[in-house]
Amino acid sequence: MSHASTSHVPPGRIALGEIAHARSGDKGNHANIGVIAYTQRGYEHLQKELTPQRVREYFAALGTTRVERFELPRLWALNFLLYDALAGGASQSLRIDTQGKLLGTAVLELEIPRPDNLAEMRRPQP
Amino acid sequence: MSLLRIGNGAGFLGDNLDAPRLLVEGAELDYLTLEYLAELTMSILARAREKTPSAGYAKDFITVLGSLRAALHAQPNLRIVTNAGGVNPRACAKAAGRVLSDARLGGRLLAVVAGDDLLPRLSELQAAGCRFEHLDTGQPLSALGREVAAANAYLGAEGIVRGLENGAHLVVTGRVADASLTVGPAVHAFRWSFDHTDRLAGASVAGHLIECGAQVTGGYHRDWQDLDLARVGYPLVELSPDGSCVVTKPRFTGGTVDRHTVAAQLVYEIGDPAHYLTPDVDVDFTTVEIEEQGANRVAVRGATGGPPPDSYKVSLAYRAGFMAAGQLVVHGRDCLAKARAAAEMLLARVRRAGFELDQTHVELLGTGEAVPLRPAEAKTSAEGALESTSSEGANHHREVVLRIAACDPRREALERFVREFAPLATSGPAGLAGYTAATGQVRPVFAYWPTTVPKALVQPRMEVDTAAAWAEK
Repeated sequence: MSHASTSHVPPGRIALGEIAHARSGDKGNHANIGVIAYTQRGYEHLQKELTPQRVREYFAALGTTRVERFELPRLWALNFLLYDALAGGASQSLRIDTQGKLLGTAVLELEIPRPDNLAEMRRPQP
Repeated sequence: MSLLRIGNGAGFLGDNLDAPRLLVEGAELDYLTLEYLAELTMSILARAREKTPSAGYAKDFITVLGSLRAALHAQPNLRIVTNAGGVNPRACAKAAGRVLSDARLGGRLLAVVAGDDLLPRLSELQAAGCRFEHLDTGQPLSALGREVAAANAYLGAEGIVRGLENGAHLVVTGRVADASLTVGPAVHAFRWSFDHTDRLAGASVAGHLIECGAQVTGGYHRDWQDLDLARVGYPLVELSPDGSCVVTKPRFTGGTVDRHTVAAQLVYEIGDPAHYLTPDVDVDFTTVEIEEQGANRVAVRGATGGPPPDSYKVSLAYRAGFMAAGQLVVHGRDCLAKARAAAEMLLARVRRAGFELDQTHVELLGTGEAVPLRPAEAKTSAEGALESTSSEGANHHREVVLRIAACDPRREALERFVREFAPLATSGPAGLAGYTAATGQVRPVFAYWPTTVPKALVQPRMEVDTAAAWAEK
């Protein structure tokens, strides 16, 4: 889906989904979210703005105790490990999303500062 | 062998039943892998085996094998490696042997790889000094005091390699690491040693990329609308002797393989990317490079690896009471208030019947609650909706799905909980429907206890025989 028109985002901010896509899943009671920038420039922006603190704050309601961030610069990707985020995990969670599959879609609405060179970060059109 | 073509036709138990046949018909594979086991799946299969001693494996595989009869005749060199064995690989081999015998393929060799099942050995292993400490808390298993339902070591590629060396056309395993389903054929075909850690790392990356089936060929992709996912092709890798590979899919299928589908799958369900631990190798994903090579072809190279850990990861599950969930659709401009009220009524009636449920969880699906975010904001909008039920402008929800889930140590408490959904249809607010379709069954909870076991205490076992002989065992 295009995140080009995000009218609810305040001026000077963008939704993460404008410059990245993501996929999430479970590791027992922990969730992981891989965030992949569309371009090298976008990756550099994420490296600066998408801190573990920011992700932890965004997903605070999940009960996450700690967020660890790992970098995969050659893939333009950041991997976030959200500890204790899954309310018991696949076997015990009472949530509909027992495995945290939706977190990768949800994180795309997280707001980050709008970069000056946004055009260099959007997905190149084929 | 210069290039090994390995395709994966199943990413979990319940995946598309036609995918394996379409994959082998659309691509000339050397190996078809079929991956069926998730953390939770082992507990479900263990429970099935408890009820019926001949159950406990992925029955989907038997259906799939039946669909591959013509392909197995037409492609006599095609080999299949699968972890469909679950907690009962010998029973799976017997059922598979019957399918092959009925298809006049009874002379083909079928190998079973087992030795992963630690459930019958728990006391013996604990006596030998293995404490099965919880990976997160460090607590020893002896402190748990609950009934263990399943305990399986994640074996590596070794048993699969032995099966293939003995001429097996079909290798059925219990719990092996997902990536090992690909590493096994690679080690066998390329005559690698288990000291070739960079090559093993490359094959592990290839295996990780295809293990979830269509998730690397456009499935679950953000740009879903351009991809013809109804006809999505399942993935294959063209693996080179140096461990690098090209990820692709059969021609004339839907979906896509590009750097973004590959990158998304590479980071799927991983922890520290510098140490993706398998029983075969400690893989470093951060050295991996990906490059598009034309339509639907992505080269993946540069994986490096170190020696694997000296213990196997163990997937252990214990009984932790019961759970159940039910849903109702709630319609009307005041649907949010009605849904919350209906949930309260239901839980009040369960309490009045004498059951204080251990834990309950209410979700209004359609409002965004499936991903709980920033409590302050969520609270504000919910309260706003409740206060302004007469104002359609403030409450833009025309309907929501009310979902209530509960868990409790007592089965009878949850039986009562499940029963209370139906009465709401005539004794709750107006605008409720759909209880018949959506009230779930009470099921046992198998809680997860991630742990490890020293490799020295676990011996992978391999047993090979003709399909016809397995059918008679």
